[in-house]
Amino acid sequence: MNIEGGHGVKIGAPKEIFAGEARVAMTPDSAVQLKKLGYDCVIETGAGAAAGFADAAYEAVGVEVVKTAAALFKAADVVVKVRGPEDVEAKRLRDGQTLISFFYPAQNAELLETCKGRGANVIAMDMVPRISRAQKMDALSSMANIAGYRAVIEAANNFGRFFTGQVTAAGKVPPAKVLIVGAGVAGLAAIGTATSLGAITYAFDVRPEVAEQIESMGANFVYLEFEPTQDGAATGGYAAPSSPEFREKQLAKFRELAPDMDIVITTALIPGRPAPKLWLEDMVKAMKPGSVVVDLAAERGGNCDLTIPDQKIVSDNGVTVVGYTDFPSRMAAQASTLYSNNIRHMLTDLTPGKDGVVVHNMEDDVIRGATVTYQGAITFPPPPPKIAAIAAAKPKPKAKELTPEEKRAAEKAAFQQATKSQVTLLAVGTLVMLLIGAVAPADFMSHFIVFALACFVGFQVIWNVSHALHTPLMAVTNAISGIIILGALLQIGSGSGLVVVLASVAVLIASINIVGGFLVTRRMLAMFQKS
Amino acid sequence: MSIGIVSAAYIAAAILFILSLGGLSGQESAKRAVWYGITGMALAVLATVIGPGIGHEFLIVLMVAIGAAVGTYVASKVEMTQMPQLVAALHSFVGLAAVFIGLNADLELGRVLPALLAHGDLAQFTGFAAKVAAKDAVELSMLKVELFLGVFIGAITFTGSVVAFGKLAGKIDGKPKKLPGGHMINATALAASVILLFVFYATGSMWSLLLMTVIAGFIGWHLIMGIGGADMPVVVSMLNSYSGWAAAAIGFTLGNDLLIVTGALVGSSGAILSYIMCKAMNRSFISVILGGFGGTTGPAMEISGEMVAIDSDGVAAALNDADSVIIVPGYGMAVAQAQQAVSELTRKLRAAGKNVRFGIHPVAGRLPGHMNVLLAEAKVPYDIVLEMDEINDDFPNTDVAIVIGSNDIVNPAAEEDPNSPIAGMPVLEVWKAKQVIVMKRGQGTGYSGIENPLFYKENTRMFYGDAKKSLDELLPKIA
Repeated sequence: MNIEGGHGVKIGAPKEIFAGEARVAMTPDSAVQLKKLGYDCVIETGAGAAAGFADAAYEAVGVEVVKTAAALFKAADVVVKVRGPEDVEAKRLRDGQTLISFFYPAQNAELLETCKGRGANVIAMDMVPRISRAQKMDALSSMANIAGYRAVIEAANNFGRFFTGQVTAAGKVPPAKVLIVGAGVAGLAAIGTATSLGAITYAFDVRPEVAEQIESMGANFVYLEFEPTQDGAATGGYAAPSSPEFREKQLAKFRELAPDMDIVITTALIPGRPAPKLWLEDMVKAMKPGSVVVDLAAERGGNCDLTIPDQKIVSDNGVTVVGYTDFPSRMAAQASTLYSNNIRHMLTDLTPGKDGVVVHNMEDDVIRGATVTYQGAITFPPPPPKIAAIAAAKPKPKAKELTPEEKRAAEKAAFQQATKSQVTLLAVGTLVMLLIGAVAPADFMSHFIVFALACFVGFQVIWNVSHALHTPLMAVTNAISGIIILGALLQIGSGSGLVVVLASVAVLIASINIVGGFLVTRRMLAMFQKS
Repeated sequence: MSIGIVSAAYIAAAILFILSLGGLSGQESAKRAVWYGITGMALAVLATVIGPGIGHEFLIVLMVAIGAAVGTYVASKVEMTQMPQLVAALHSFVGLAAVFIGLNADLELGRVLPALLAHGDLAQFTGFAAKVAAKDAVELSMLKVELFLGVFIGAITFTGSVVAFGKLAGKIDGKPKKLPGGHMINATALAASVILLFVFYATGSMWSLLLMTVIAGFIGWHLIMGIGGADMPVVVSMLNSYSGWAAAAIGFTLGNDLLIVTGALVGSSGAILSYIMCKAMNRSFISVILGGFGGTTGPAMEISGEMVAIDSDGVAAALNDADSVIIVPGYGMAVAQAQQAVSELTRKLRAAGKNVRFGIHPVAGRLPGHMNVLLAEAKVPYDIVLEMDEINDDFPNTDVAIVIGSNDIVNPAAEEDPNSPIAGMPVLEVWKAKQVIVMKRGQGTGYSGIENPLFYKENTRMFYGDAKKSLDELLPKIA
């Protein structure tokens, strides 16, 4: 465990130097929150400008602004960034400094070596394990959410028609049909955006268990007739490569859908592999002119055959294929807000004491999972987390369908059972009565008949009392049980001193019961009002 | 007035009581039903007082007047959150009255018996004594058994209700407490009472009756001390039942049919309520009376995830976005006196065109139907307050479920974890709603000490703090 502290620990965000990157890892809002954790904040001048956060806004909340990136790396104990460090940035890291950013350690082995060599502790935001506790720092999800939204907006921008169907004086407009391939976070966000724009939305995913989520967002799940072969839960909620037979079925389905679709948004990614090719050239050819394909997997080679990363092309038959890779950056203000919050949550977990002291606890599943270099050693890949991301889907036992004969038999058996128990009860009851009757005097028996009948009447009547009136029922039975006053009344005139005293006390308390019980019941019942 | 007319009045009173209980099947007919009860009671008391063999009329009027004054005062002052205490207190009165009347009967028996044996002048006796004097030997021994039973049940009801009152009013610690030896002591005490019954039957000695009264009082005290706060709905309805049986036993002693009928009505009413409450907790009556939760059969299911807190802004945003809301109140709402704030929230949400309903678990609160009365007091219309069975299927189509101060009755472990102590108990399936907001004072477990996986679910947000304060903070933020 590494504990930094003593002097005011500083968190610094440099300006992103990757071409076209507009996001920033610290916003004025997140800086306020970081200060509450006991940290000082520092930022490179102009770092937030592209995302709409001026230096003045940072200064207003007490963030120190430094002139150069070199000065920032020098001042900060913890450097927070969006993109993984460029070579020049990695070389600025120093021993014991912490870097928090996207990193993709599997693809950037060389960079990992550099950081290790510098002795920096690197936390990769893309390596945060997918467990419930870590959702608040899951930057991949928050960025994917933005990408999904932006993909639909980008598609709408390149699509010459309305999304929603309209009947206007000038004529009827059919609604746009949108197909989303891959219902991860980005896919679901795209579904939500497309449906709220009014499009008819279809969605496909290889994991049949997401059908419910798709439908809950308002899209139609594209159903594939195929025996499920994989359990998405086993792979941490991510998709895994599918069998060739499955792939064929899937492509056939897409071919069938392609001529109908106005917009296709593909989001299919398999962790650690190039993006699967799902929207082939012939499907693009089958689409109507003016249709749009947005490929969110462009950075990893694209789901569509025609995708060229970072470019928008128009196919020979007039279909626009958008292959941008910087969707979150195109919404820099929103993306920065969410990302800086993810960073802030990560720092909250790194600061258990809320005292401005970084405690890099390698026992913690989340922190351990995200850390890729630590104290001069490479700690990637992490051991599997102790908690499974999603409980393994249990096959639900199906209730056995009963045939009509079986049902009738069961009903008959239940009826016979009820009859039997009732008859037994009656027989036992009669026997007890007979026994009592044999010894008890006639006077007692005549009272006993009354008692037994009253019990029966009571049972019949009370079952009908509505649940909501159980408290008034208790109050009213309370009042009625004050009838015991009759006993006291009968005794009060009957003789000696003590008897009179006891009887009059009984009269007194029974009257409290009667009056109090009835009045409080009335009060309660008067409150029940219909809307 | 002749015996015949008194009997006629008794019949009328009995029928009115039955109608009064039957009328509670609906909110509107219930308002009429109370009047049936009041009329029946007035009829019965008047007929008895005017009837033959009653003396000390002035004393009676005085006592009834004092009793009525106290009753009126209590009924008009009591807060609806204090209803459980009041009901328990009233039960104890019935129990005490039964003990007094039973003892009186024995005193009278002791006075009449020598004259009866000596074939002396029986005409000197009036009222109840005259009735005793008219009995033959078998009837006299029957009388002894009857009054013994009446005193026994009365004494248990009295001390039990006093303890229940103390627990409900917070004057006694609500945790289950037992003397070392636990139920063995109760069993021994019960056995001692049975022996005393035989002693009393054989000798008719006053001391055996008095000793039994003390022992029965101890049983009542010890039994209810051993039952925890959340089981109070069962306890109160059980005591309700006992107070009825005590009245019925006294009715037998005095040979008064109206007492028997009324006692039987009240007794069966309480018994049914206890049954309903037990069913709602998926526990047998015996296990509730014996106190504490049954042993678990294995380790509890592991809970993963964490409790995620939310502030009033977040709750307000969730509610403003929601179309349908279900509120599940529990005892915590009563404790925090938050029903008015809940009502205000309901009014605001309904005014915004949202579908707001309440889901009430049968054992929510400390009294059967407790939540309904609290919500009615706060002027929440009763037609949006639904029972568990009516509303449970609607949670999947609900945007926000708000849990206010309830814990075990919304615990998914009851359905998901066969090893949970409450496995199989029917619960309100709030976690099926799109979002659940739990208003709770702190992170601890509820009365039962059972972890609630609901708090760790991904769609659950914890809104910590006193329910009333939290709601007051929330209200202005609702659009």
